[in-house]
Amino acid sequence: MGKPELLDPTPEALADRDEVVRRLLAGLPRHCVLAAPEELKPYECDGLSAYREVPLAVALPENEAQVRHVMRVCNEARVPVVARGAGTGLSGGALPHPRGVTLGLSKMKSILSIDPVARTAVVQPGVRNLAISEATAQYGLYYAPDPSSQIACSIGGNIAENSGGVHCLKYGLTVHNVLKLRFVTIEGEVLELGGEGLDAAGLDLMALAIGSEGLLGVVTEITVKLLPKPQLARVVLAAFDSLEKAGEAVANVIAAGIIPAGLEMMDKLATGAVEQFVRAGYPLDAEAILLCESDGTPEEVAEEIEHMSEVLRASGATEIRLSKDEAERLKFWSGRKSAFPAVGRLMPDYFCMDGTIPKRQLGKVLRGIEALSKEFGLQCPNVFHAGDGNLHPLIMFDANVPGQQDIAVRFGAKILELCVEAGGTITGEHGVGIEKIDQMCVQFRPAELETFHAVKSAFDPMRLLNPGKAVPTLQRCAEMGAMHVHRGQEKFAHLPRF
Amino acid sequence: MIDTFADTIRRAAADGKTLRIRGGGSKDFYGVALEGDVLDTSGYAGVVDYEPSELVMTVRSGTPLTEVETKLAECGQMLAFEPPHFGASSTIGGAVASGFSGPRRAAAGSARDFVLGARVLDATGRDLSFGGQVMKNVAGYDLSRFIAGSFGTLALITELSLKVLPRPVAETTLRFEMNEAQAIEAMNRWAGQPLPLSATCFVDGKLWVRLSGAKAAVDAAVKKLGGEQPADAIAFWTSLRDQTHPFFADAATLWRLSIRSTAQPLQLGSQLIEWNGALRWVAAADAESAHGAAQSAGGHATLYRGGAKAAGIQRLAPPVLALHQRLKRALDPQGVFGRHRIHPEF
Repeated sequence: MGKPELLDPTPEALADRDEVVRRLLAGLPRHCVLAAPEELKPYECDGLSAYREVPLAVALPENEAQVRHVMRVCNEARVPVVARGAGTGLSGGALPHPRGVTLGLSKMKSILSIDPVARTAVVQPGVRNLAISEATAQYGLYYAPDPSSQIACSIGGNIAENSGGVHCLKYGLTVHNVLKLRFVTIEGEVLELGGEGLDAAGLDLMALAIGSEGLLGVVTEITVKLLPKPQLARVVLAAFDSLEKAGEAVANVIAAGIIPAGLEMMDKLATGAVEQFVRAGYPLDAEAILLCESDGTPEEVAEEIEHMSEVLRASGATEIRLSKDEAERLKFWSGRKSAFPAVGRLMPDYFCMDGTIPKRQLGKVLRGIEALSKEFGLQCPNVFHAGDGNLHPLIMFDANVPGQQDIAVRFGAKILELCVEAGGTITGEHGVGIEKIDQMCVQFRPAELETFHAVKSAFDPMRLLNPGKAVPTLQRCAEMGAMHVHRGQEKFAHLPRF
Repeated sequence: MIDTFADTIRRAAADGKTLRIRGGGSKDFYGVALEGDVLDTSGYAGVVDYEPSELVMTVRSGTPLTEVETKLAECGQMLAFEPPHFGASSTIGGAVASGFSGPRRAAAGSARDFVLGARVLDATGRDLSFGGQVMKNVAGYDLSRFIAGSFGTLALITELSLKVLPRPVAETTLRFEMNEAQAIEAMNRWAGQPLPLSATCFVDGKLWVRLSGAKAAVDAAVKKLGGEQPADAIAFWTSLRDQTHPFFADAATLWRLSIRSTAQPLQLGSQLIEWNGALRWVAAADAESAHGAAQSAGGHATLYRGGAKAAGIQRLAPPVLALHQRLKRALDPQGVFGRHRIHPEF
């Protein structure tokens, strides 16, 4: 195994690099088209740096008309188009296509308008996620989805991946917080999807566009919903002497009718890594810790914190701490938010997995990951969005040790299969991209994949948009001999082979 | 029963016939055209899986909405999109296939927002699953949410996994006398503040505001907002949700305008406003004025009940219409699941 084969059967290009660049320059200024090797190098990977590819050219349009031009040129020349936001994606969704144009939206970074009364903002795709909340804070409003990379990631990328974040159990994913999109097709046509009201005429095309990983079109303008900023947030840190107990505590909190603003879990390996890095003050003897946040009015928070603490205590927490002020709340969160870089300091490389499981399967899946960790001989700290069952096991390895990256890839694939067996999914928020393309064959049956391809054909019949990503061809699944594991069933029971 | 449905679909495809998927039939009044032989899903009922601590219920599409809601209420939970019951026969499949949401929509989200997964039979009778039973799932295109609101024109929904939420601990309704412009201003202003607003409605010169959540939060909001506390509040919100309120009963034709919440009062006659101003019901209007008013307020208008339905549908921009037609062709090339229910042109 190793790098997944990128190429999908896309049509033969009708123009070479020089010709494509010449045509791009007919509609874009010189500084918006990159084609020299040293200019292309920075675009060779996104946040999943284990996979690299140099694109044919990079186009960096400054407005929608230029985006349309790029699409028309590529459509006519039959050249693949790979859209790219801030390049922070973790699944290789923006990995270039060697015969394709990388369409970077980073120059389109204006907040076009804010309507504080209607509680909406109209932004360009290159705007950073956090910049929206910063710009709207003066009105007491914010944009709710907050992926951990929010200081850097772009809203356009969030649309492509349907990004979540720490607060999405209570406030929803990207798909729940967007009203309207301007969406450019591969033919260069502009579609307006959604509307300024809460729904639109016809079918819900926004549901398809959001999370489509750049396979259906490119977004040039986004109208997001803004929410009133909660007056107060406080977080409870609870320690547990076993992962099972921590998992049960999560179920108990929710069964008690509480929807925490955030509910995160970290295991001992993860807290250990984090403490060396940021000193968040986590108890190091605990097998697992939970961070349970409440937000709202001061009255609401006081009532909810008391209720949460009661449930956590009854669930066997060995220690409970409540953030006494905003500084301490941020300190508690700093550990969780820096978990990835902290692990990155312990080992040269890591893969961050992204499976989601029903919460009741937590104990079983974690035991499974532990067993796999022994089997493959690689350490694997766990951090997860416990409230919504989204796991982020971090497989630690050293790519300079021959063979270790391949072992890590196999280990990751096994974890994802474990998630599917448990009735879950291979990706909760990072997207399939190139990284999990083979596991799609495990999660979906051929007829389901065919349906995805049918949808794709309605948008992009020549399959020029981000080919080789997100949805595998049936041929690919057959060749890799992948077997579909039906949700909730044990492996090898009644498996169709193809 | 899935096999019977699949056979019916395959036979219809072979004979070139059209099927009209129908749960309880409570929304037969809606849509441009009812075409084809009824495929009745109401026999395919029952809760498949429900674990309150997961906040997920998996249920067969023919299950009566009342049964779903009763089961949830027993565990202190609810369908937060507050789907309308247009009669006792309403099913959960119909609630999602219509995509209709009730008074809580602006605060909590729409029917589609709460869909986590769907098991469907496609136009060739294949049994397919999209999405899942988990809150976060970005594997593949989001077809389970896409199917919500498609009125059975893309696939037959056989099973749904829905996100459910705890019922609020406390709920109080406030009522204020004011005119329409003042009400639109107040709804938007309050929606922009950290208040536990769960529904708003302006009708007959009164603004109704429902507050739901933690007791302390509701009490604090009551103190802050003032107003009177009407005795018949629960009945009022139910009559709004199910459209049994006199405003709806008296309307010969009923237009639904989904627009920018801050849009100034529309010059279209008698109205009822919901969703903090984003939903305006109009008792009588001509198509041209309704569509024009909606469009200039960033939204669309639909003739919901009565009148000439085809003319009541807002036309789509040509490239958007073409995409709808291509998607319909891609998923149901023969038109087994009928055409024209939600739009005269696909």
